[in-house]
Amino acid sequence: MAGDTQTVSEYIVHHLTNLTYGKLPEGFERYDGSVIGAGGQWVMAHGGDEASAMGFNAIHVDSMIWSVGLGVIFCWLFRGVAKKAEAGVPSGVVNFCEMIVDFVDRTVKDTFHGNNKLVAPLALTIFVWVFLMNLMDLVPVDLIPHTLMLLGVEYHKIVPSTDPNITMGMALGVFILMLFYSIKVKGFGFVKELTLNPFNHPLFIPINLFMEVVGLLAKPFSLGLRLFGNMYAGEMIFILIAALFSAGVAWMLPAALMQVGWAIFHVLVITLQAFIFMVLTIVYLSMAHEDH
Amino acid sequence: MNINLTLIGQMIAFVCFVVFCMKYVWPPILAAMAEREKKIADGLAAADRASHDLELAQEKAVERMKEAKVEASGIVDSANKRANQIIDEAKEAAHVEADRVKASAQAEIEQETNRAREELRTQVAALSLAGAEKVLGASIDHAAHAQLVDKLAEEL
Repeated sequence: MAGDTQTVSEYIVHHLTNLTYGKLPEGFERYDGSVIGAGGQWVMAHGGDEASAMGFNAIHVDSMIWSVGLGVIFCWLFRGVAKKAEAGVPSGVVNFCEMIVDFVDRTVKDTFHGNNKLVAPLALTIFVWVFLMNLMDLVPVDLIPHTLMLLGVEYHKIVPSTDPNITMGMALGVFILMLFYSIKVKGFGFVKELTLNPFNHPLFIPINLFMEVVGLLAKPFSLGLRLFGNMYAGEMIFILIAALFSAGVAWMLPAALMQVGWAIFHVLVITLQAFIFMVLTIVYLSMAHEDH
Repeated sequence: MNINLTLIGQMIAFVCFVVFCMKYVWPPILAAMAEREKKIADGLAAADRASHDLELAQEKAVERMKEAKVEASGIVDSANKRANQIIDEAKEAAHVEADRVKASAQAEIEQETNRAREELRTQVAALSLAGAEKVLGASIDHAAHAQLVDKLAEEL
């Protein structure tokens, strides 16, 4: 797809730019030379410069559409199964979904020993949803973005989990739950845990607090950035291999084989990353429930 | 790579999906699975019970068979005994009958012999008388000579 009108680096940058809708600040000069008037203006960003000028007041439309869409697919699929599920012999999609539910249930029971009705459905949601978002990585990189470009949508990233907003959004959700249950279960013990660990002496409170807070904050960041990093790198390699197609006819076959090889390997990665996200969520929540 | 409102949007979506899953997805699926598990466990227990019953029944059947065999051999034995007994009885009866027949035959023979002897004696007496009459040419006084004749007949 690249080559005719784009350089390879333009092609890659184009693939890594989200479709952004946001508020441009006052006085910003747009790509066509027009200047934003007083009070700023909500527009669809044209290129990375405009998107970064929007700052926090922007939303990645493509990420949100795919993420919510896949979440809805998850809910629809499993709600259908929940309606159909009965004690009789399960078949087809019911069987498949029950297998996933059973797998998640067993993982939760192995790791989480508290009594909490939220953790297992949370783990199921995370596992399936993240898996579906990662699965978008296996759609050929140019298929949907290029089709949409022909339809007039300039930028499009279809893998929501290559957007740090998405992964960090989920990680922050988990983090809030961690804090909530830490305080709910341990009460004042949570404060003690933060201040009197690992050195149990009043003099060490600042050091303890610093270490524990860093440790606590590292959890959501590692959770979100691990998924983001893995998926981003995987997507990047797909894009780079796709860029090889522009290197001439001789590269067509090797590039195609590499695409297939990387896709087969990536099947493992997307499943593993979804599983890791789920397991770490369970482990963190389990730590929030347990007193030291 | 900007952090922006998408973060908040994703958090809201996350909460919505988790709540939906917790309310409408997880409980019915798990309930169905638990119910099926119970059903299967019941079924297996019933199968166990049935196989146990089968074992018992087989044991019972073997026992019955053994009993029946013993009974049958008992019946055969007693039948044999009875048959032997019948044969013995028959033999004995035959012996007795034979003896009886023999005895009666002997008695008859004896009787017959006696009678023949008697007849012969009478005839001999008559003949002797007749002969003597002829020889003497005169009649003999039966009464007077009866003693003589009888003596003669006895000597025969």
